[in-house]
Amino acid sequence: MKLITEIKYLLKKEMVLEWRSKYALNGILLYVVATVFVCYLSFKSTPPLVWNALFWIIMLFAAINAISKSFVQESKGRLLYYYQIASPQAIIIAKIIYNMLLMILMSTIALFFYSIVFQNNVGDKLLYFAAVILGAISFSSVFTMISAIASKANNNGTLMAILSFPVIIPVIILIIKLSKNAMDGLDRSVSFDEIGVLTAINLIVITVSLLLFPYLWRD
Amino acid sequence: MSKNWWKILASVFVLYSVVAGLLLKVPTLPILHESIRNLYFHVPMWFAMIVIYTVAVYNSIKYLQTNNEKYDLIAIESVNTGLLFGFVGLLSGMIWANFTWGSPWPNDPKLNSAAIATLMYLAYIVLRSSLDEEQKRAKISAIYNIFAFPVMVVLLFILPRLTDSLHPGNGGNPGFGTYDLDSNMRLVFYPAVLGWIGISVWIMNIRFRIRKLENKKNQL
Repeated sequence: MKLITEIKYLLKKEMVLEWRSKYALNGILLYVVATVFVCYLSFKSTPPLVWNALFWIIMLFAAINAISKSFVQESKGRLLYYYQIASPQAIIIAKIIYNMLLMILMSTIALFFYSIVFQNNVGDKLLYFAAVILGAISFSSVFTMISAIASKANNNGTLMAILSFPVIIPVIILIIKLSKNAMDGLDRSVSFDEIGVLTAINLIVITVSLLLFPYLWRD
Repeated sequence: MSKNWWKILASVFVLYSVVAGLLLKVPTLPILHESIRNLYFHVPMWFAMIVIYTVAVYNSIKYLQTNNEKYDLIAIESVNTGLLFGFVGLLSGMIWANFTWGSPWPNDPKLNSAAIATLMYLAYIVLRSSLDEEQKRAKISAIYNIFAFPVMVVLLFILPRLTDSLHPGNGGNPGFGTYDLDSNMRLVFYPAVLGWIGISVWIMNIRFRIRKLENKKNQL
């Protein structure tokens, strides 16, 4: 129960901090909107396959940019303070949940804007939206731990990208397949395999993060 | 002698698989023809790679538990050896694919997965070189190694089975064993797998000992 209260407080703190500065939120939103617009100006119209792939590439880079900040912005003194008042599990869970919420919000807005700007022809809109939510959740669960690792290693953007790309590729392959199924309007039972494997990957990644973060935390 | 029996056994197995693999009769199959003999060399590379990466993860876990530098050295040398086997596996597969499937890099999930897994371990090497302080380097790279391993398992064993693949045993294709791996081939294939796994552990062991000596020399 102590863990849950700690998570609740940390989550609230993250949100309040974000709400006060609105730096990450506005920055990332602008980033997504600008990227979508650049893509629109260079592609004009896209075949469905490209439409889908382009959306996920935009989301991938937006997610890396958004989540790589999650540990860097903490000053050394503040980290020391957390160390005294909260358990490492609470900190990583709070960060993962916060990043999930941020990514879900972002990708919903991005999807909305993207489908307005680009002609879209999604067959199964609800399943596509579900795929986007699932994608946002998977991105945040993988990238949160990677950004924690990268922040310990003289954090620079290159390292974050190098470390996260090989790990995220299996996820992104599955998500692109799932959302392609949704675009083609295939029967939902066809996509159960992908949804199952994605959920399994998420569970594994979160479990491993919970086990490993306490070691990363102390130094 | 009592400690080194497995090295002798591994060498004998590998020598046997080279000689017998090139001389023994193989089933004549369309497309594959004599190139089926590559099975004795290409496939054991992946077995050895998986085993040696598992050794690396095991030692990373041991390192986090004990903070003993020895385990970190074993982990990094296992990854180095695994990368060597991964590259040889990719190369032998590309030569084989060129003769049977018509191009060295057909768009096949298993190929792509193996290449991505190799990237993952190259990232591990880059992560190590970005850190100077030894204990911090050991700890953080151990954490990345453990974190990446389950994803690699998904990549190599689950994803190729969800999609169509040219490789046997994937995407509805029957496994190699079911129709064309006759008992004659098994006689060479299994010793080859065991032999190469032994050789990979041996290479790792030698590299680990060299690195330990180097560290000792640097400390003086």
